Parts: sequence; C-alpha cells; structure tokens
Amino acid sequence: MSASSTDKTAHERIEGQLLAGDDKQRDFLTIVIADQMFGIPVLQVQDVLGEQRVTKIPLSLPEVAGALNLRGRIVTAIDVRKKLGMDKRPMDTQKAMSVVVEYQGELYSLIIDRVGDVLTLQQEDFEDNPATLDQLWHDISQGIYRLEKRLLVVLDVPKLLGKVDH
Amino acid sequence: MDDLIAEFLTETNESLAELDVDLVKLEQNPNDKDLLSKIFRVIHTVKGTCGFLGLPRLEKTAHKAEDVLGLFRDGALEVTSEYVTLIFESLDRIKYIVGEIEANGAEPEGSDDELIAKLANILKEAGEDDKVALDNSMSLDEIMAAAENEATEKQILQTEGKDLPAPQAPEAMEARASNLANQSLRVSVDVIENLMTMVSELVLTRNQLLQILRTHNDSEFGAPLLRLNHVVSDLQEGVMKTRMQPIGNAWAKLPRIIRDISMELGKKIELEMQGKDTELDRQVLELIKDPLTHMVRNSGDHGIETPKERLAKGKPEHGTIRLNSYHEGGHIIIEIADDGKGLSTQKIKDKILANGLASAQEIEQLSTQQIQQYIFKAGFSTAEAVTSVSGRGVGMDVVRTNIEKIGGSIELSSVEDEGTTIAIKIPLTLAIVSALIVQSAGERFAIPQLTVKELVMTSSDGETRIEMIKGSPVFRLRDHLLPLVSLQTLLKLDKPLTDDVLADLTDHPDNQRDIDQSQSQSQSQKQGQGKYIIVMEVGACVLGVIVDRVFDTEEIVVKPVASILKDIDIFSGNTILGDGSVIMILDPSGIAKSSGDRFVADSANKRAAQIEDDTQQSKTALLLFQAGDQTPKAVPLALVSRLEDIKTKDIEHTDGRMVVQYRDSLMTLLPYSSAVSIESFDKKPVLVFSDKEKAMGLVVDQIIDIAEEHIDIKMTGKAEDMLGSAIIRGKTTDVINVSHFLHQVDRDWYKDHGDEPYEPQDDMLISHDVKRILLVEDSPFFRNMMMPLLKIAGYHVTAAENAIDALAICDNGADFDVILSDIEMPEMNGFEFAKKIKEQEKWQNIPMVALSSHTTQKDIDRGLQAGFSNYIAKFDRDTLLTTLSETLSKHYNGGASS
Repeated sequence: MSASSTDKTAHERIEGQLLAGDDKQRDFLTIVIADQMFGIPVLQVQDVLGEQRVTKIPLSLPEVAGALNLRGRIVTAIDVRKKLGMDKRPMDTQKAMSVVVEYQGELYSLIIDRVGDVLTLQQEDFEDNPATLDQLWHDISQGIYRLEKRLLVVLDVPKLLGKVDH
Repeated sequence: MDDLIAEFLTETNESLAELDVDLVKLEQNPNDKDLLSKIFRVIHTVKGTCGFLGLPRLEKTAHKAEDVLGLFRDGALEVTSEYVTLIFESLDRIKYIVGEIEANGAEPEGSDDELIAKLANILKEAGEDDKVALDNSMSLDEIMAAAENEATEKQILQTEGKDLPAPQAPEAMEARASNLANQSLRVSVDVIENLMTMVSELVLTRNQLLQILRTHNDSEFGAPLLRLNHVVSDLQEGVMKTRMQPIGNAWAKLPRIIRDISMELGKKIELEMQGKDTELDRQVLELIKDPLTHMVRNSGDHGIETPKERLAKGKPEHGTIRLNSYHEGGHIIIEIADDGKGLSTQKIKDKILANGLASAQEIEQLSTQQIQQYIFKAGFSTAEAVTSVSGRGVGMDVVRTNIEKIGGSIELSSVEDEGTTIAIKIPLTLAIVSALIVQSAGERFAIPQLTVKELVMTSSDGETRIEMIKGSPVFRLRDHLLPLVSLQTLLKLDKPLTDDVLADLTDHPDNQRDIDQSQSQSQSQKQGQGKYIIVMEVGACVLGVIVDRVFDTEEIVVKPVASILKDIDIFSGNTILGDGSVIMILDPSGIAKSSGDRFVADSANKRAAQIEDDTQQSKTALLLFQAGDQTPKAVPLALVSRLEDIKTKDIEHTDGRMVVQYRDSLMTLLPYSSAVSIESFDKKPVLVFSDKEKAMGLVVDQIIDIAEEHIDIKMTGKAEDMLGSAIIRGKTTDVINVSHFLHQVDRDWYKDHGDEPYEPQDDMLISHDVKRILLVEDSPFFRNMMMPLLKIAGYHVTAAENAIDALAICDNGADFDVILSDIEMPEMNGFEFAKKIKEQEKWQNIPMVALSSHTTQKDIDRGLQAGFSNYIAKFDRDTLLTTLSETLSKHYNGGASS
C-alpha cells in the first residue's frame, strides 16, 4: 500500500476496519483533480502510478484514455477529468498520476492530477452530500469530509466506473 | 471433510457423470451386457466404499440397486423400459445422497424405503433374494483385501482373472479398473492455472529476448536463444493441452436431459452431436455448460412440437436437435439447431407489450430479427406454462450475460414452423495465437494470423494501385475485385494533428515517436505512397484492409477486452507485445460488420430478410413538415400540388380570412394551427392543395423532408385534423387529414353537399346525384388516403377491406356507381374479384376501375380481361380522378360530377 502506514498500529487499525467495520475513522488516499480534493478508501487502492505509456483505444468512449501494461496485466485507463466533465489538465503542471483500482474483476487506472497523503479521517467530520451538489457529482460522491483547510469529496469508485460501463 | 470421504465423493461423482451418457444408450439397448456391467461396477464400488466409510443410508440403497443390477448383468432378468426407469431412479437417488454428503458433510435425513421396496420386488420376482446377497458379501471382503494389498493382489488377480468363476469376477474387474486409473493423475486446477500463467510469462519474455536478438545479429546468445524458443513453444503447447477439454464433456448430460423431456412431454426428440471432440479451455467449458443445457432444454421444451403437431405440419414425427461445434478463426463456434416450431413473432410482440418494453407503434416498425432479439431481455419468457423444465423466464438474459462475460457472443435466428438456430461464438481467450502486427495512423494492431489470407503491397501507380468507385476503394486481386476498407477510417483515426491531439500525445516520452510517425504518415499519404492490404476471409466473404505498415508475426497472449469496451465489434481482445506495449487485436468479422451489411453473409439472415421483403407493401412518398409543435407531420406527397414560400407581406386579409394572390386568383391561406406564427416571419412555407380552379394553402413552420416509407397508420381518437399517427424515420409523426383543412376553407369544396360527414353514410340518405364509389383496398393507409381524395372530388365513398367484404356488401343489397379496386390483396386479388363481380347479376354492369402498383402492359391487359374498364397506377391522383369521371360519364351518359 502507500508509504506512510507501515507500522504495526496502522496495520492493526486497517485490519480493524476490515474486520470490525470500525465506523469511527477511515483511511483515505487523497487525490487532487482540478484543485478539488477527493478521497478514495485506502483499501480500494491497488497501486499508485506515475507517468504511463497509454495505448489509445480507437472508438472507445471519450473518458477511456486507453490501456496500459501493469506488470503483465492490462489496465484500462480512465481520464477522470473527462468523466467528471472538467477541462483538460493544463499543460504546464506536473505530469499526471494515476490510481489503480479493481472493479468487477478488472483493473482500472484513474488518471488524476496528483496524489496526496493517506489521511485518517474521523466520522464526526463526515457529512452527506449537499442537496445543491451537481447531479453527476452527487452520483459519484459518497459524502464530504470537513478538513481543516478544505473539503474532501469521498469518491465512490464503483459508481464512477459503473457509469463508464453504460 | 475427511480426506477419504472427499476422495470418495470426487470419484463417485466422476463415475456417475460418465454413466449419464451410457444410460441413454441403455435405453436403446436395454440388454447391452457391457453397459450393464459398467453400471453394476459403479454401484458396486459405491456400496463397498460406503460400508468402509460409515454411510449407512447410501450403503443400503446402493446394495439393493447392485443386487438388481447383478441380475440384469447376468442376464437372469430381462431389462424392460420400466426397469430402465427404475435404474435411473436408483442412480438419481444415489446422486442425491452423494450431493447431500458433499454439501453438508453427512447423509441426509430420510429413507429410501420406497425405492428399496421396488427393487426388492424385482428381486423377489426373480427369486434371487438371498443367493445374490451371499455372493456380494463375499466380494466385499475381497475388495477390502484388494484395497489393502493393492500391488500384489492386483497382479495375482489379473493373471487369474480370466480363469476365475463368476462370483470372483468383480475383483478382477476392480483390479483392471485400478490399473487404468494409474495412467491418469488427478491434479488440482489451481496448480494448472499457475503453470499456465507462468508459461504465458515465459512466452512473453521469450518474445522480448527474440526481439532483442533481432537487433544483435552476431551474438553468441543466438543459438541458445533459438533453442530456447523451440522448447518454450513446445512447453506452451503442452501446458495448453492440459487445460483443453473436449466439448463433449459439456454435452455429456444432454442426452439424459433430452430423454427426460421426451418422456415428460410426450415428444420424440433426437439429439445429434457433431464435433464433440472440439477442444476448448476447461474454464470456458465450465462457464458454458449451464447456458448450453438451458438452451437445449428450451429447444426440447418449447421448440420441438408433439409428434401429432409435427405430423400435421408435414414434418417427421421425430424432432431433431442438432449440436455442432468447430473451430473458426480463433474462436470456437457452438450451434444448437432444432427443427421445431421456431419463435412465434406474435407471441413475442404480445409479451413485449405486456411487459411494457415498447409501444405498439414501435413494435410495428421492428423487423422480425429485431423482435426476436427481445427474448434476451430479463424476465422474458413466452412459454405459456412454466414447466419444470423451463419457462421460468430467467433464461436467455442470463445465458447471454454469461457468454458475454467470457468474451463470447450469441446469435439467434428463427423461422416460424421451421426451427431455431442459436450460434455461440467463444474466443479461445487463453490461447496464445500467432498474430500479424500492423500499423495504421501511428497505432499498432494485431490481426490473428489464421484470418489473414494474403498480404499485398500497393504502389501509387501501375497495376497494384488502389482504385476508387464512387468513394469506395477497391483493388484488383487477380481476377476479382476486392472490396477494401481503410483501417484508419474505420477506427476514426484520421484526425488531423490539431493542438488538442498533439497535447494528448506529448505526455509521455515514447509518444513523441508516435507524433513523428503520424506526421510522416500524413506526408506519405499525400504522396500516395505504398500501402499494404491485408486480405482477410470472413465467413464466405473476402475483404481487404488497408494499413500503413506491416511488421511481423508475433505470438501473443490474448486477453479479453475490458467490459466497457466489449461493445466495440472491431476488437476481439488485446495483448501485450514483446516490448511491453499494449495493443488491440482486431476481429475480422467485426471489421466486416462495421464496414457495411453487405459483408455479412448469414444465410438465416438472408432468408429472414427475403421473407420480410416479400411481405412489404409498396412505399409511399410523404412530405414531412413541422407546424406549431415539435411533432413532425406528414402528408402524402401526391396530394400536394405545390410547395411555395409566401412572403408574409403579400398576405391580405379579407372577410376574416387570409388570402394571397396566387396564379391569377386568390388563394385562401390557413395556418396549420393557431400555434403557427406568421407575423414574426418574412416568409413562410405553404403547402398548396388544389383541384382544378380551387386552391388552398396550408401555412406551416418548416418543410423537413420527403420520405419514402412503408407506413402503417394507427388511428388515434377522433382528432379531425389528423388521419392518425405513424412511425416515420423512427419518430412518431402525425399524418394530417387534408380534407379537414379543405373543408375549413371552403365548405363547398364538396361540390354537391356542404355538410357531409367524413364517415360513409347510409345509402338511403344520399341523393343519387352524388356518384357512389365502392373502394376495395386492403391497405388501411391507402384507404384513408383515397377516401378524402375521392370526397374532395365529390364522390360518396364506401370502403371495403378486401374483396370478400366487398362481395358481402353486394350481397347485402348495396348499390354503387363505380367500383374502384386494388389488385394486390390477400385472399382474393383484384382480378378474381372483378371476375366474380361480372359473374353475378346485380353488379354486372357497374364499371370497374383497377388500382395497382404494377402497371406493365401485361398487367393492364390482364385487368381489362378480367373485366376492368380501366387500369391505373396507384397514386396517380390526377389520372385517377380523370379516369373516374370519364368512366362514369361514359357509362351513365351525362352524369358527370367532377
């Protein structure tokens, strides 16, 4: 998994979440897309990748950026910005990063702007989606965490990929 | 679970599965000794091991069954079909108990006393009760001994086998069986899986090494690497063999199932199986077993008719279900065909309506093929009764899902009363295939070597150039003209290098190479330099695919495409090349499909299409326009005299209505509805309807188009301005009632009577100055169109749907001045009708005019011969009206009315 939590207590905590369904706190990998911070439950993240050679797939949906080779497995790359109807990533920023997740037995690489830290977030800071939230975002968001300086949208990966799967 | 029990269960299950096939044979040869012996042995083993393992219920049942089977095997009792059923019952019971043990680790509650009693009865009949028991108990001991000292005992028993008297024969058989067993090995599936994965990786690594070798020709690595290459190829083949199983394994249970269905439903069904040695991957086999069973069940249950029904249809009593399997281009094709009653289009339509999946109008527009596709929807089953065999409606959608999950496809074609064929295509996904790597627009693709017939290089001039016929490229290949498709165009890769595209490409260093290539590509294209044509064979068709470059052949591991891409027909999978890059694998039949229907040569489809064509009526030209709201409107083009664009400033108002100067007279304008706005526009399109001197202009918002369609109007309520609605070009369109508008403009448009209703009135009330027409026309649309048309002209019209109705009207005493009849009608056509009319007294002298879409001289002659005074083309409005009035005036001498 990611760099930070390799000590025993973190491990135990994650296991605790798995086994006991610990509701009080959850660990998220934070990612940033177009200055909006999102969180993916850390357990869903298989890999974090840097720049990748992506083969374009002709005739595919616009949000399908292509396919890439990850240690012998073919992973479908999804451009999350396109999926969420955002503008293209500006050229001068850092290179794109991707988060690899598994959905229905297949691997997907979500292309995002950058990856942040793994954060442990408290249940008390969690809120449901505001009613005024854009329909598309409403569908793919499980809720919002109130962080100190910003808001984190919890990304519902199955929903995001399910939508790709018309 | 105890290891011993687990092993026992596996073995027993295997043996029972094997027996399934044999059992059906037993039915045909009830006294086949070998078969009976085989069954005996299995039950014998089960019984023996039960005692060993402490499974009392199973032991008891198996014991009795074995006793009975012993009798049969020894010929002491003849096997009748009743007994066969009993044997089946016994085996089923054993299966059940074994299943329960597997699931719950213990024998199920309950007893098999009933069954045992039945079996005991048989024994009593043969008087063999105790004697047999004795023999068997001896064998039990001997089996125990044999199991303990396998090696030594085996040898002794084997050599003495032939000489031993009957009671001891079982051990010899046992020994023989275990000898055979040594030749095969039971390996866990996981181990094989691992092996397979490792071999795949090995293959890929070997590919990489070979690639590197190519660039370093003189290297001492050369020879060993080539040797390695051979070895890896052999290893690959060998491991793949371990996973491959003949499809016959999946078909094993089917004869039994068909037999059961035949018995249960009283039908005679023959199951033919061809190609059962066709091998496919074990995993894939597991996944298709159930779908196959389901479909065969369906054929037996719903497809094949009862013998009585079949004879009545002139078919042989025995229905046939044919299973056929073969390899084709990297796929395995499995066909299930039956000669039963096929799919009932009507029933499906009813079901679609009942389930609310489409409206009645939409349904009418669908072709038979499209309607048949609905059976793949969830919860769909047109079986009237849910039998225990099938009809629960959980079927075909699950089947399709399962097949598509493994990257396969399923196609259905059915002809009512003739039968249904289902074809499943499954990729040999885990296969490692040879593929040709090609390049188009800077992107590389793989084409399975098997499908490539030829490779041709073209040049921009000379004999080997690509020629164009009206924009479609073709190539002269020896004596044939080869149709071509450009891969680039097909994959929509002809984007020019805009900034956007460039931006996409520059993210990764490797992509720079792509840009350079693309740029040089477009250059070379401009120069029309040599391209390559890959000649592929798809079914019966041959087509050529134009690509920019051809690399070489590589062995690739086919991986299925991600599920979001499965709808793209052109790709059959993707793979990782030796250099680590991912490329898509092209599917020739997908390419054929995408480049035009003409490539798809499916005989069933053709046949279905033929039938469709035959039943199509002639098309009608319609003018489509928009007026007042979003719903498109249509009017038969033939009714429209002219289309004009009237300048709104030319419109004058008199007497409360709008008029415009038109061709030396005033034409009244009527907006289609109050929603049509006139003031805010400079010009408005106007549909002009005219009849001799009278003209009327219908103001609309926009002329959409002219469509030639086969239309079916559905009458909707009593809206007077519409004849009804029809689906035209996929949209619900209102077909307007022109007479309504005409009537609004000029109540006297109907010359003789101002206030005529639209429905035909009772004869009595109409004065005989109005000429009465009997219109015989089967098409509701034409009837609806002709009636206003004739009424405009001042006739009184009675319509009959077909000739028989028309004759009935005659019998009822009605009278007419002229009969206008269609020729092409079901049941009785126009010619026959005319003859009939001329034959009887009452209407003998009424002039008849024929309307038809067929107007060759022959048809006209025929019509005149049959008794028509005139023969005109359908929808030649002016000629129709002129002819009518001519005919009438000729006939009645001075009763001209138009």
